[in-house]
Amino acid sequence: MIPFEYRTPKNLKEVNATLQEFGSDAKLIAGGTALVIMMKQRLVRPSCLVSLRSVRGLNAIELKNGGISIGGLATHREVEGSSLIRRRLPMLAETYHHVATLRIRNMATVGGGLAHADPNQDPPPSLIALSATIKATSVNGSRMIPLDEFFKDYYESVLAQDEIITEVMVPKLAPNTGAAYIKFLPRTADDYATVSAAAVLTLDKTKKTIADVRIALGSVGVTPIRATAAEAVLRGQPLKADGFAEAGEKAKEAVDPVSDFRGSAAYRPSRAGKSPGGHSSAIES
Amino acid sequence: MNKKIKFRVNGKKVEAEVPTNRLLIDYLRYDLGLTGTKEGCSVGVCGACTVLMDGDMITSCLTLAVMVDGHDITTVEGLAKNGELNPVQKSFIQYGGFQCGICTPGQVVAATALLKENPKPNEEEIKDWMMGNLCRCTGYYKIIESIEKAHQFAK
Ligand SMILES: Cc1cc2nc3c(=O)[nH]c(=O)nc-3n(C[C@H](O)[C@H](O)[C@H](O)COP(=O)(O)OP(=O)(O)OC[C@H]3O[C@@H](n4cnc5c(N)ncnc54)[C@H](O)[C@@H]3O)c2cc1C
Ligand code: FES
Ligand code: FES
Repeated sequence: MIPFEYRTPKNLKEVNATLQEFGSDAKLIAGGTALVIMMKQRLVRPSCLVSLRSVRGLNAIELKNGGISIGGLATHREVEGSSLIRRRLPMLAETYHHVATLRIRNMATVGGGLAHADPNQDPPPSLIALSATIKATSVNGSRMIPLDEFFKDYYESVLAQDEIITEVMVPKLAPNTGAAYIKFLPRTADDYATVSAAAVLTLDKTKKTIADVRIALGSVGVTPIRATAAEAVLRGQPLKADGFAEAGEKAKEAVDPVSDFRGSAAYRPSRAGKSPGGHSSAIES
Repeated sequence: MNKKIKFRVNGKKVEAEVPTNRLLIDYLRYDLGLTGTKEGCSVGVCGACTVLMDGDMITSCLTLAVMVDGHDITTVEGLAKNGELNPVQKSFIQYGGFQCGICTPGQVVAATALLKENPKPNEEEIKDWMMGNLCRCTGYYKIIESIEKAHQFAK
C-alpha cells in the first residue's frame, strides 16, 4: 500500500472538514474489509483515509416512524443480532447473516457495504425489495436516496465523494406482507452469490390476491436489478403457481449478467428465473 | 507516514508509532514478534490470521494497525494463562484437531471466541461459527470434535 494520512475525526463536522481539506484524494474508511483489499491491490490510492470509527452515535438500530432506522456504522453482525430486526424483519437479519463470515461481519458496516456497490453483495437486493432509503450527509446538508436509485454501475453509486451514509431507513411492512431472500451458492456457504433474489409480497384483505410485490435480483448485472416486469405480471393476480412461472420468465429478461468463475452469463438467467418462483413457497405472512 | 497508537496485546500495553499503511498482521508478526498469527490468503477468506479485538474475531490481514488504537487485541499467544493452555488448546491436542498446524492458531482463537459465547456448542453451531476457518489437512472432523469436547477441559 502507498503511504497515506490516517485521520480519526470525532464527529460528522470534523469528518466533513477533513474531507474538504483533502478533496478528491480522501477516502472514508469504516470496517475496511472492502477498502483495504482494494488498496492492497492498488486499485484505490487515497492520500488520506478518513476513519468513521471514532464518530459516535452512528450505529444505532431503532424504531423510527414505524419503520426501522439502521445507523450507517452498524456492523453486519449488529444487524443480524438485533432483536428488533429479528422480530420485525427476520428476512433482513438472515440476509446480513449470509454475508461472508463472522470475522468479516464483525467489522463490515452497513454504510460501507452499500457504498462499496459491488453487484454481488447480499444486502442490496433485500433492502431494495424492502423499499429502503439511504440518508447521505455532507457539508451541504443531508439528502434521502431511495436504494433502487442508488446503484449506478459496477462498484459505482450516486454518492458524491464527500457524502457519508449516516442512516438506512426501512419502512414498516404493510399488513399481510411476507419477505424472503434466497442466495444461490454453488461453492461454499461463505461465498458471494451466483444469483440472489429478494421479494416482498403483500396480499390483499382476502389473502388470495397479490396486492403488491417488489422483487430485486443480485449478481445478474453491473448493479442489483429490480425485476419490474416480473412484478407487473404478479400484481393484482391470484396467488398461483403459474403466475410465478410467468414472472420467472420476465425476471430472466430483466437480467444482463456478467460471466465469472461463479457462473457464466448464459447460465445465470436460468437461475434468476427460478428465484421468484422459489419465493412463492418461502413467503408467508 | 506514521501515527501514534496505544492499545493492548494479550493484556500488555503497547504504545508505538506505526506506519499508517502497516497491516495489523505484519505489525504483530514482524514488529512485535508475535508470529503465532499466520497469513494464508491475505484477502479475508481463510481465517488463518484471526485475532480477537475486544473479544470479537477479526481478520488481521484486512485490518490496519492504526485501526486497533484504543482496543484490546488477543492473539494465539495470549490464550494460555500462566503457562497453562486454555481448554480449546488442550482439546485440540487431546482429539487431534490439527496436522500441519498452519491453520491452527486461527482455529483455536476462533473456537475460543465461540466457547465464550456458547460454552457447549453443537455441531451445527460449530460449523456456522467456524465457517471461513479453512483447513487443508484434517478434513474438519477432528477440528469439530475438538471444539465439541473442549468444555471437558474447562474448570
Ligand atoms: C472475504 C470477504 C467475503 C465477502 N463476502 C461477501 C458476501 O458473501 N456477501 C456480501 O454481501 N458481501 C461480501 N463481502 C463484502 C463486504 O460486505 C464488504 O467488504 C463490507 O460490507 C464493506 O463494509 P466496510 O465497513 O468494511 O467498508 P470499507 O471497506 O470501510 O469501505 C468500503 C467503501 O465504502 C466507503 N464507505 C465506508 N463507509 C461509508 C459511509 N458510511 N458512507 C459513505 N461511504 C462509506 C469507503 O470509502 C469505501 O469506498 C465480502 C468481503 C470480504 C473481504
Ligand atoms: S490471511 Fe487473513 S483471512 Fe486469510
Ligand atoms: S492442519 Fe494443516 S491446514 Fe489445517
